[in-house]
Amino acid sequence: MFKPAVSPCLAGLLLACAASASSATSGAPSLGEPLTLAVLAGIELTVLPTGEGLPAGVGSVAEGAALYQQHCQACHGPEGQGGMNGDLVGGVGSLATAAPKKTVNSYWPYATIAFDYIRRAMPYTAPGSLGADEVYAIVAYLLSRDDVVPEDAVLDAEGLAAVKMPNAEGFYPGE
Amino acid sequence: MDDTTLVPVAGNGLLPLRALNRRQILTGLGAGALALPSAALAAGGRPSWMQGAGAGMRGYGTPSPAETVSRVAIASQPGTTGSGASRTPLAALEGTITPSGLHFERHHSGVPPIDPAAHRLHIHGLVERPLAFSLEALERYPLVTQLRFLECSGNSAANLAAPEAPDLDVATLHGLVSQSEWVGVPLSVLLEEAGLKPGAAWVIAEGADAAAMSRSVPLAKALDDAIVALYQNGERLRPENGYPMRLFLPNYEGNMSVKWLRRLKVTDQPAMAKDETSKYTELMPDGRAAQFTFTMGVKSVITRPSKGYGLGAHGIYPITGLAWSGQGEIRRVEVSADGGRSWADAALEGPGGPGAMARFRMPWLWQGQPATLVSRATDSTGARQPTRDMLVQARGAQSFYHYNGQQRWQVSAAGDVRNSYV
Ligand code: HEC
Repeated sequence: MFKPAVSPCLAGLLLACAASASSATSGAPSLGEPLTLAVLAGIELTVLPTGEGLPAGVGSVAEGAALYQQHCQACHGPEGQGGMNGDLVGGVGSLATAAPKKTVNSYWPYATIAFDYIRRAMPYTAPGSLGADEVYAIVAYLLSRDDVVPEDAVLDAEGLAAVKMPNAEGFYPGE
Repeated sequence: MDDTTLVPVAGNGLLPLRALNRRQILTGLGAGALALPSAALAAGGRPSWMQGAGAGMRGYGTPSPAETVSRVAIASQPGTTGSGASRTPLAALEGTITPSGLHFERHHSGVPPIDPAAHRLHIHGLVERPLAFSLEALERYPLVTQLRFLECSGNSAANLAAPEAPDLDVATLHGLVSQSEWVGVPLSVLLEEAGLKPGAAWVIAEGADAAAMSRSVPLAKALDDAIVALYQNGERLRPENGYPMRLFLPNYEGNMSVKWLRRLKVTDQPAMAKDETSKYTELMPDGRAAQFTFTMGVKSVITRPSKGYGLGAHGIYPITGLAWSGQGEIRRVEVSADGGRSWADAALEGPGGPGAMARFRMPWLWQGQPATLVSRATDSTGARQPTRDMLVQARGAQSFYHYNGQQRWQVSAAGDVRNSYV
């Protein structure tokens, strides 16, 4: 029996309409499975410089000092320097010298990067094992080593996004 | 024999290209030069391997046991095995394709043992329909094929950073570049299926390695020639090259071609990820840093003669190497045997095309004279490979990434070859 093609757009199925439009232009099959919000929440790791993506949580410099010793010191040295896997702090003001020292505090333009990176990749042997409070605390501790935040600082999403890094203006688009 | 073949076309013994066809051409004393076992020679007309049936068929072939070529300068951060690099043995290879097992590696937290059936590519952010793609699903999309070099932007950095020319071989210096035939699904097709929302400007790519390595890609590049690569040199990606799927961005610095691709988030701004701020940015003498320098510059390197691949008997040698550019097709490679005072055009070989490597070759009459061998490439945009001095002048010695200075090899009267800045 002949069946007229009914456009899903007419049926008010906006999603299906857009999907069929896309496969019509590229000639490709539309085989992506819809992603649920629950799945998305579980895989999201990106923190933008605006602070978008930072989770709820809070941590202090003092808590961070203890957590750093426990989880990071073996590879990055006492107080963030002198370890076998690179210094994380120090070097502020050294970038224009003959011996620049690039660290979180001397080089990174936003404090949000430290949260993003430490949460996704550190500690090296157990990435993903730290909770949000712990990451806030460790970031606060690292920043405090060069007085980017005071010794009594307590950081949450808002506080972290507001931190002004020493090298905030240090980058320009190369191409 | 045509005697004009031996009339130099440039200083210190560079010969006309037709000299490449001479029978007496020498190959030099390679680090991997074969010493023929005398037993084989003694077999005379019927060596041992002709005196019985050979080995049978096998499922997956490997190189001859007589071949010892392997990746070199494998190094990782202290206390780790997976935060580091291995390099392609450039001098031991010919042609322009890098065997998959010899493709350079640069990992930030090792090679993940991914179960391909459980792996998904997630696309979300500023899209109408957040989507997940299985490997099985991606297999059913139209595939495109690209013969392309891939170069780490940290390649060759030792020649910029070290005040004196480091005594290293060509693979250790320049082996963070390889070439493969990559086959995959155009990323534009997948983004179109997800439906871009207004304001979309960047795509943040993330890998399924332990570092969840992450880079921001301009949307224009993602919609242009980016692919989600599934195949490398005819077979599925090797684990160390992103199995089961990787982003592949032709001509861009290798780090952006995120391996083990798991997530693409469409945004209105870059993430400023650790690997686009702390690393892969070029620090200038004034203390400021160039960021988002994506395209690999025009470059060439003589792979033989080179350190460890010196000269023996006097005679005609081919000077050979590789050239590539992220800006356009390689149009010309010039070679000098007198440190850049005079140049001659080398012969170009290989399938070529934009983003593909060219092999170059130049015949050279070596009669024991000391020499400094240099090559410089020019691409279809007219860009010519700079000297080290030019780059140090322009951006200082601390910029590290995107160093494409001319490589100079100093040949001694004894035929030994060393890295040199002069
Ligand atoms: C087992 C050793 C090890 C431990 C423990 C460890 N790290 Fe690391 N860290 C590394 C290695 C190796 C790298 C380099 C990774 C790469 O190749 O990208 C690194 C890189 C970093 C960087 C980037 C540095 C830069 O300048 O780009 C930061 C920041 C960092 N680690 C923070 C931490 C913090 C915070 C902890 C504790 C929660 C920690 N690390 C624990 C080994 C370690």
